[in-house]
Amino acid sequence: MAKVVAKSLATFRRYQRTLARFWATSLTAELEYQANFLIELLSVGGNLAGSVFLLSLFFGHGRSLGGWSWNQALVVLGVYTLLDGLTSTVLQPNLSTIVTHVRTGTLDFVLLKPIDSQFWLSARTFSPWGLPGVVMGLGLMAVAAVRAGARPGPEALLQVAVLLIASAVILYSLWFVLAATSIWFVKVWNATEVLRSALVAGRYPVAAYPAGLRTFFTLVLPVAFLTTVPAEAILGTGSSQWLLASVVVAVVSLALSRWFWGFALRFYTSASS
Amino acid sequence: MPIIRAEGLTKTYRVADKQPGLRGTLRHFFARRSREVPAVKDVSFSIEAGEIVGFLGPNGAGKTTTLKMLSGLIHPTAGTVEVAGHVPYRRQGNFLRSISLVMGQKQQLIWDLPPLDSLRVNAAVYGLDDARAKRRITELAEMLELGDELSRPVRKLSLGERMKAELLAALLHRPSVLFLDEPTLGLDVNAQARVRDFLADINRRTGTTVLLTSHYMGDITALCPRVLLIHQGHLFHDGPLDELTERLAPCREVRLELKDPAPAEAFAGYGAVESCQGHQVRLLIPRDRLTAAVARLLADFAVVDLEVSEPPVEELIGRLFRQGVVA
Repeated sequence: MAKVVAKSLATFRRYQRTLARFWATSLTAELEYQANFLIELLSVGGNLAGSVFLLSLFFGHGRSLGGWSWNQALVVLGVYTLLDGLTSTVLQPNLSTIVTHVRTGTLDFVLLKPIDSQFWLSARTFSPWGLPGVVMGLGLMAVAAVRAGARPGPEALLQVAVLLIASAVILYSLWFVLAATSIWFVKVWNATEVLRSALVAGRYPVAAYPAGLRTFFTLVLPVAFLTTVPAEAILGTGSSQWLLASVVVAVVSLALSRWFWGFALRFYTSASS
Repeated sequence: MPIIRAEGLTKTYRVADKQPGLRGTLRHFFARRSREVPAVKDVSFSIEAGEIVGFLGPNGAGKTTTLKMLSGLIHPTAGTVEVAGHVPYRRQGNFLRSISLVMGQKQQLIWDLPPLDSLRVNAAVYGLDDARAKRRITELAEMLELGDELSRPVRKLSLGERMKAELLAALLHRPSVLFLDEPTLGLDVNAQARVRDFLADINRRTGTTVLLTSHYMGDITALCPRVLLIHQGHLFHDGPLDELTERLAPCREVRLELKDPAPAEAFAGYGAVESCQGHQVRLLIPRDRLTAAVARLLADFAVVDLEVSEPPVEELIGRLFRQGVVA
């Protein structure tokens, strides 16, 4: 028993050290291009301003959007901006490389390393350029929540944290499965772009959409779990059922992504011959 | 106890059977048909620890496929294979820690960063602590004659330097079996020689088993006392190199550049005339008569330039199979 514990501890440390090296090297590589930071800052700021403006159009003359007030809807937008920032920081740079690995055959090197290949492919790079989005998202969430009159206690904050992690995991799993299909279809850039655009729907509370779309965004493409559910928790209007549902969806989709990767690898015979 | 054992190793690929053109593409889109292409057929051999074995064969012979089955990248369709006491395609941690693969056309080093950064990543992945990683890097860098190249971005290194750095990255974890797929591809003669010397050196010092494919005969002659020749998926030769070269290259190719053009018939007495176009002549001369024939050629003709070479392995193997000598 003690042996098993010691061994898993050593494995954990090895992964931790590997992750630190991964991110340190990618940071070094990225920082060669400082101009990116400014560009990304402008682009995130511009996008956010655009979304806020669009949202403000729905709220003229004290109207509400599917029962959400202006400030409450801004919380949803904040969660979306945070997730989008995380996407640019970790998801997009890593998962788009899977395609390159498959196309050029360098996936072979990843598969021959004594480390989980899904871990390598998902965590290999870290792009600091998504961080402005993360910061702006957190900021917007906090400001809008306070203005909406929400005063979440420590327990509620913990719930929010769990829900945000669950959203990130759901988003990651969806994206990873889509990227893994590159083993068959090699070109899936478009597919991941479609996913990213579909997720834009998460900028607004799910209640703002017609009933049909609402069902679609909850059951098929779980946009509801990504932004609306965490926002409700922040505003104190959520329920424990949704918390549970989110966690279950997250665990299931993560397990699904792992199973799918194993399945995809069985078909992989590398590009050169 | 052999470190590599393959028995009846077979790999069949399913490939799409698609007619060219838009029509073919459309038809394929609606009714996918595929056919089976055998890449490796019933190959058996075993390799003892510490051997250097060369894998020879023309392009598409099945060398890379075999190497991939040995390293666990693809499942064999039939047959069994065991490397370092493991079944490769299960890719268990202990197996992966005991092998390494270097590919001439693909690189694992990060393009924008110095090799040292990639090496640090590898050290962490293989669970080497900093002190040990540093010691090994220093030791290997010395053997490979790599210095500050290790701290220059990979994209700024020459092809030869890059390959040496790739070798360092592949050997950092001290694998007991090293697979190399065309490691000298595209390198100039000097760099090729460096890589060969290094491989011989590492094999001698650490007893690493080396299995390499190459279609440069030079790599094989310099390194491999034992050669596996594979052609159209079949293993045709397994044995010492001398035997194979005797069978493969009984002749040398002599290229002459003449001051004055001469007809092909003029060279009939020296060897087989492969081509004769004005000033340029190519002859095939049996090895045992080579020196005498060259001396006579130099005496009899006004020769501007003379070059003796072994015909490329592909050509030799092709000729051999046409003659059916090996089969």
